Amino acid sequence: MTRTATPSGATPSGAGRVGAGRVGRANAARLAVLVQRQGALAVLLVLCLAASLRFDNFATLDNGRAVLVAASFLAVIALGQTFVILTGGIDLSVGSVFALGGILAAYGSTHNVLVAIVLPLGVCGLIGLVQGLIITRGGLEPFIVTLAGLLFARGLSLLVSDGGSTTYRVPVDSGFRELAQGSVLGVRNLIWMVLILYAIGTLLLRRTSYGPTVLAIGGQQDAAELMGLPVTRTKLVTYTASGLLAGFAGVLIASYISSGVTVLGVGTELEAIAAVVLGGTLLTGGAGTVLGTLVGVLLLRVIQNVLNQVPYLNSNWQAVVSGSILLVVVVAQRYLSRAQP
Amino acid sequence: MAETAEQARTRRPRFDADWLRRNGVYVALALLIAVDLVIVPNFASVATVRLNLLQVAPVVVVAMGMALVIGTGGIDLSVGSVMAIAAALIPLYIGYGTVPSILVALVAGVLTGLLAGTVVARVGVQPIVATLALLVAGRGIANLIGGRIRTVRDPGFRELGSGSIVGVPYVVLVAALVALAVWLFVGRTTTGRQLVAIGGNARASALAGIPVKRVLTTVYVVSGVLAAVAGVLVTARLQASDPTRVGQLYELSAITAVVVGGSALSGGQVRVLGTVAGAVLIQLITFTLVARNVADEWAQIVQAAIVILAVYVQLGRRPT
Repeated sequence: MTRTATPSGATPSGAGRVGAGRVGRANAARLAVLVQRQGALAVLLVLCLAASLRFDNFATLDNGRAVLVAASFLAVIALGQTFVILTGGIDLSVGSVFALGGILAAYGSTHNVLVAIVLPLGVCGLIGLVQGLIITRGGLEPFIVTLAGLLFARGLSLLVSDGGSTTYRVPVDSGFRELAQGSVLGVRNLIWMVLILYAIGTLLLRRTSYGPTVLAIGGQQDAAELMGLPVTRTKLVTYTASGLLAGFAGVLIASYISSGVTVLGVGTELEAIAAVVLGGTLLTGGAGTVLGTLVGVLLLRVIQNVLNQVPYLNSNWQAVVSGSILLVVVVAQRYLSRAQP
Repeated sequence: MAETAEQARTRRPRFDADWLRRNGVYVALALLIAVDLVIVPNFASVATVRLNLLQVAPVVVVAMGMALVIGTGGIDLSVGSVMAIAAALIPLYIGYGTVPSILVALVAGVLTGLLAGTVVARVGVQPIVATLALLVAGRGIANLIGGRIRTVRDPGFRELGSGSIVGVPYVVLVAALVALAVWLFVGRTTTGRQLVAIGGNARASALAGIPVKRVLTTVYVVSGVLAAVAGVLVTARLQASDPTRVGQLYELSAITAVVVGGSALSGGQVRVLGTVAGAVLIQLITFTLVARNVADEWAQIVQAAIVILAVYVQLGRRPT
């Protein structure tokens, strides 16, 4: 389905204005790249500005905190998804793995804090690893493998919670609650963790050999293989990391709401994909940024928050608006990438 | 498809890996039925067959549209939400009669399909994102139109949902007719042939003069309409419209049916009978596990394993 811009389509200017047309086109292309990369940020800023003018309760510290907390779980999941999509793959299992991680963490916290963290990370990382193995060694499509992973993790979380009838609660005196509920320097641990993870993500993508390998695989896997890049290993790491991060988001939410709930995470994989795409990462892989995803997550959560402030709009409008914005952004991205040389 | 007589002769050992790849879903289905005849009490009864067919019918209808979309190398994640929109519209227009309300639901399917098709074919957005946006927005729209569960008290709808003709429920009959129509569409019409060609190689098809955009749009419209049909069927079965729940995860069931049925997600082929068998296979697996008192959560895990296995077996021959 990928279509490259043809030279003929990109040069509407007449032959007499070749020089001027080229300069103009270069500027247009630069603008296109800028909007493609920072479009979501611009929308986010405009939305925040408009909302703070319109609603008294929007630009308050409490509301800002609420948005950030609501965004943090999705942010952790979407980080893993970003790397997967950058390799040209997709991970549909993250929503279920997120729910599973939460249940295992709540279950583990009834033993001790260590189990509450290690058990979900171990299981979720393993699910990611197995998916990666099936994708790389088996040569199956990521879409179908992680779709099966979605079913598997959902089944497993129902199994652990006796079909959803058992809700594990984090003991009142457990230190596990501090993980997400505590704060350092007046900022919630949750938000610190998102910042740290995104800093690590950015460093990995920009400053280590892992990042360019991911981009190369997404750009052209055969070429990456021929260049001798460790394609299989990189993909394994990426899918394992996605499972780990989804599991970690589960750990965080279990700590935050002090229980493990099976109904969590339905449709979260789609939200994560939407956040990544809004952030300017191409679904075909090979190009994108980590911080863009963070902007995408924030955009989704700010929309939710703003719509919550309008009394006559209910949660259904959130779905309609989020879906419409996603559609508008991808259509815009499509036209912008055609404008690029 | 185009093989010389010599190639055909070298394929003489018929029960090879290739044969299994092409017919794995039928083998699995036959095996499962054989096992069920032994281990499930009263399996070979009219009631059991009827129950399974009724449950699988809407999935088959959605999977038919999905098979066409996947045949072009695309995917349609919006089908569940389109079902919900269709279901939400019915109680609003039921006052005008059974047929008008169904027509309104189908028109909604045409419109969503047209939107998806336009964004995919004309704008060139990847099918997965375009239809993902529709999935999210569509569910919201359905809830806004319908909101809560409404009972549909209409004799026509009751007849459609629970009536039958010579023992075959209307719901099953509709699914069978849809499957037949899609089979004829793929095998006997120009557009059907063209969509398979597009799935094989979109650029080559365009160069060969196939109206790629028009065919793609048509395929998404068909998928939207069939999803709406499934929404009508589910509503008729329930005698109620429940926009929040109708069609949830149907996109995954439909994709699973298509893939288990032997079609590659990369496109280039539409296996109608295989898709029907795939849907029935998944339904029977769930039924068997439930009938043997295996918990529902195991059913999902087993389903996951079967999907992987099915795709892996099919992979055997295909050069990558």
